[in-house]
Amino acid sequence: MLKPSTLLALDDVSISYHTRAGAVPAVTGVSLAIDEGEAVGLVGESGCGKSTLAMAILGHLGGRGAVVGGEIRFAGRALAGMSPDEIRRMRGRGIGIVYQEAMAALNPSMRIGAQLTETLIVHRGTSRDAARKAAIATLAEVKLPDPERVMDAYPHQLSGGQQQRVVIAMALLPEPRLLLLDEPTTALDVTVEAGIIDLLNGLRRSRGTAMLFISHNLGLVGQLCERVAVMYSGELVETGSVADMFATPRHPYTMGLFSCIPRPDLPRREQHLTPIRGQVSPPNARPPGCIFAPRCDWFQAGRCDAVRVPLEAVDLASDARVRCLRWREIAPEPRPAWEALATGAAEQTILAVSRLDKTYQLRSGGAVVRANQQLSFDVPRGRTLAVVGESGCGKSTFANVLMGLTSATAGEIRFETTDLAKLPLDRRPALLLRDLQMVFQNPDETLNPCYSVGRQIGRAVRKLGVERDRAGVQARVRALLGLTRLPAAFASRRPRQLSGGQKQRVGIARAFAGTPKLVVADEPVSALDVSVQAAITELLRDIQRNQDTTLVIISHDLGFVRYIADRVVVMYLGQVMEAGSAEEVFAPPYHPYTEALLSAAPVAGLARNRRIVLSGELPSAMAPPSGCPFQTRCPRKLGAICETERPPEQLLAGGHRILCHIPPDELGRVPPVYAPEETLAVD
Amino acid sequence: MARQVLRRLALMLATMLAASLLLFLLFELLPGNVALSELGPYSTQEQRDLWLVANGYDRPVVIRYLLWLGHFVIGDWGNSRLFMAPVAQIVGVRFENTAVLGFWFFALLVPLSLGLGTLAGMRQGSWLDRAISVLCIVTTSIPPFASTVLISAIFVFSLHWLPGTSSMMDGFSYRQLIMPVMALVLYDFGYIARITRASMAEVMATQYVRAAVLRGLPQRRVVLRHALRNALIAPFTLLMLHVNWLISGVIVVEYFFAFKGFGSLILEASLGKDLYLLEACTMITVFMAAVTQTIADLGYVALNPRMRRA
Repeated sequence: MLKPSTLLALDDVSISYHTRAGAVPAVTGVSLAIDEGEAVGLVGESGCGKSTLAMAILGHLGGRGAVVGGEIRFAGRALAGMSPDEIRRMRGRGIGIVYQEAMAALNPSMRIGAQLTETLIVHRGTSRDAARKAAIATLAEVKLPDPERVMDAYPHQLSGGQQQRVVIAMALLPEPRLLLLDEPTTALDVTVEAGIIDLLNGLRRSRGTAMLFISHNLGLVGQLCERVAVMYSGELVETGSVADMFATPRHPYTMGLFSCIPRPDLPRREQHLTPIRGQVSPPNARPPGCIFAPRCDWFQAGRCDAVRVPLEAVDLASDARVRCLRWREIAPEPRPAWEALATGAAEQTILAVSRLDKTYQLRSGGAVVRANQQLSFDVPRGRTLAVVGESGCGKSTFANVLMGLTSATAGEIRFETTDLAKLPLDRRPALLLRDLQMVFQNPDETLNPCYSVGRQIGRAVRKLGVERDRAGVQARVRALLGLTRLPAAFASRRPRQLSGGQKQRVGIARAFAGTPKLVVADEPVSALDVSVQAAITELLRDIQRNQDTTLVIISHDLGFVRYIADRVVVMYLGQVMEAGSAEEVFAPPYHPYTEALLSAAPVAGLARNRRIVLSGELPSAMAPPSGCPFQTRCPRKLGAICETERPPEQLLAGGHRILCHIPPDELGRVPPVYAPEETLAVD
Repeated sequence: MARQVLRRLALMLATMLAASLLLFLLFELLPGNVALSELGPYSTQEQRDLWLVANGYDRPVVIRYLLWLGHFVIGDWGNSRLFMAPVAQIVGVRFENTAVLGFWFFALLVPLSLGLGTLAGMRQGSWLDRAISVLCIVTTSIPPFASTVLISAIFVFSLHWLPGTSSMMDGFSYRQLIMPVMALVLYDFGYIARITRASMAEVMATQYVRAAVLRGLPQRRVVLRHALRNALIAPFTLLMLHVNWLISGVIVVEYFFAFKGFGSLILEASLGKDLYLLEACTMITVFMAAVTQTIADLGYVALNPRMRRA
């Protein structure tokens, strides 16, 4: 059989940025080829040079960056030999790009139609009418309902998923031969993400467009690509086919990437997250020898740090290559047994939510949004409750009511003996403030860049009245830094001198300043790199164990939830669809919505029996569907009853509740979403 | 959109009414002051009392305010003691002169400041950007009372190119308009250009501009279609607010060049304590402020689709 021709070839490419401190090598010696119609994944933590490489492929490194070695060839022609005009024509027509944040990539003051058609008009000289027709056809191809309406809309009038589809349509319009996808689904909900991945797979089949898929998520790469290249600190450390690498990752970094992702298919006693310690070495401070050496568990002094390690072919049969001297000698360590949480005699309820309603009135007399409707659930002391659901489901509203940032409309939240539902923050006694604290999603935005870490933690200590005198506050700050495993010297550092994971540790230290009884964590790891997520997850669990803290976690990451939560509440459009222990929620009988969420989770090596891609958009909270809120998207909809009648809350064994018309024994017959562990290809 | 416009217009009217009430209370609450200002310090108390009754100042405050407002709306603004003529007539002529001055000021200011600002912001850090920035800072840091002297020294007294006064005694003259316009533009363009530059630089660094470049669009199109419109939102609002600034800014310039405009009229009315004239000038200033603010707000909505409500 004739081998398909190479479309994009990177041959020993090195890229440097010129700064005042001299040239900083961002990418060194990367060789990678993509054939016509092939999909290749490029994986690694942030700061590894993935996006730099993508920009270099498009010839857009900016004033400071330059390809300083090797050659990039697209369709047989070297980029270095192209004139600026030729490079401009290659962009769009030859290579299209899809970005992480679709909203930011669309011009806010131009209609979608104008932005779509101009690419065709400029590149192909198409007439305005023909371009409009083509744009509408492409919008339909990316499965956007009502393309005509989308053409006349402004970007802010579309949802995140729709915007990303528009950006994909825009990249596809001039019929490029290669699509660069730079974390195209990172900002989206899992259910929307599943839809986009489905779409990309369909487009590959129908159009045969080659793809370079840049991601930190191995699971997504596995769903879309044939080959993977793992990048670490500017170098490729392992390449190979998806099937091969997922079955036997050879480089310690690749193994690390796999073992730091919590999986929704395994109960937490069978999982142990091993974070990759440390962080990516900055480009100008790379170690001699193996670049991964400082973070590697298999490091051997005198060997790994002696010479630069070459990218070595694994065998003659495959094209798998690995940059490790010891890859033959190392094997993934068996996972240590799970240290079970000591189960107390009787669970004591610390937080009881009952029939909680929160209604927002948009303008006086106008539309009403029922952000939380009749929420009821209990949280046992010292345990973790996870609230999951897509954005807009009311998770954050609940957190806001709990924290007193807004008051409930009806119902109660009983924390020990106090009802918090209508107790705003400024009327809560100091002791209550101390008992209830919060960890935020984005540590960059919640730490004041002007103050040192110590001062910010110290302020919390003082404000909560834990310590008053200087020495006492300082001692407490040191203790809190120790609790979150940060060196005491960090007290004098400013947030910008810290990495993302370290900043989140500071955020956690601040929340634990007053030894809280209950901590609300709103997406505590989703803004962090995968390797760091594992470490933060472990940290939260450890602190919880030592201090007997109760955690309420708001998250959409089901792997993380499975790993950390004892109890799970699944929300949809402001209502509880399903509630129960983690074991109950993650196994049949499922609520059809839970089932869809579980099947959409993008996790590497997950053996799924089926993938459910929800059709349509999340309905507006201002005009929720009649009957069951999920009926418009439910794959198991019974019929008219779902549209007219609010489903009953069905009580199952052990306090497991499902809001559905389908009888529980029928839901129980639904096969599990995840296949049993024995059939898994990957450890 | 239509509702938004109506709502904004209603707000504008309300603002103007509130301002008129404040002005009335300030100027006319105590009738004694009005009589004193109209009849002069050498009038007797009896004369003032008679004048007040003759002019209806013995009626209740509310009635007086409504009458005052009604007269204002129909253009009956009283007589100027200083000019011995109806206020409306004097203000009309002077306002027209300043409008001509203002027109040429904006006609030069807008292309100059937006053009320079855009050029500088397109290539942040380039030598052109630096040169424009230095020019802007130098010109803006010289206030009009100094720059009028400076440019007069150059163009009038050294080079003898232009006349030193702009009183237009022998009818309208463009030559006499050049110096006042130059003084105003010199002071103001740097400020607007700096704002435009910052706005442009910000837009050029956005993802959607990068996305447009990476779609292979030509540079011209990227700048003109994608960047410029978004970058001009801030300077547009600012320009509108500068109509207000112009009204106070012209006082110095008009006075210096003996230009018979609205600015110098305000000055003369205040110095001469001509109450009715001052009231009219203040009301016009308030009116201008309210109208330009409204245009700025509506323009902002028109330029920025995100602000529109369905």
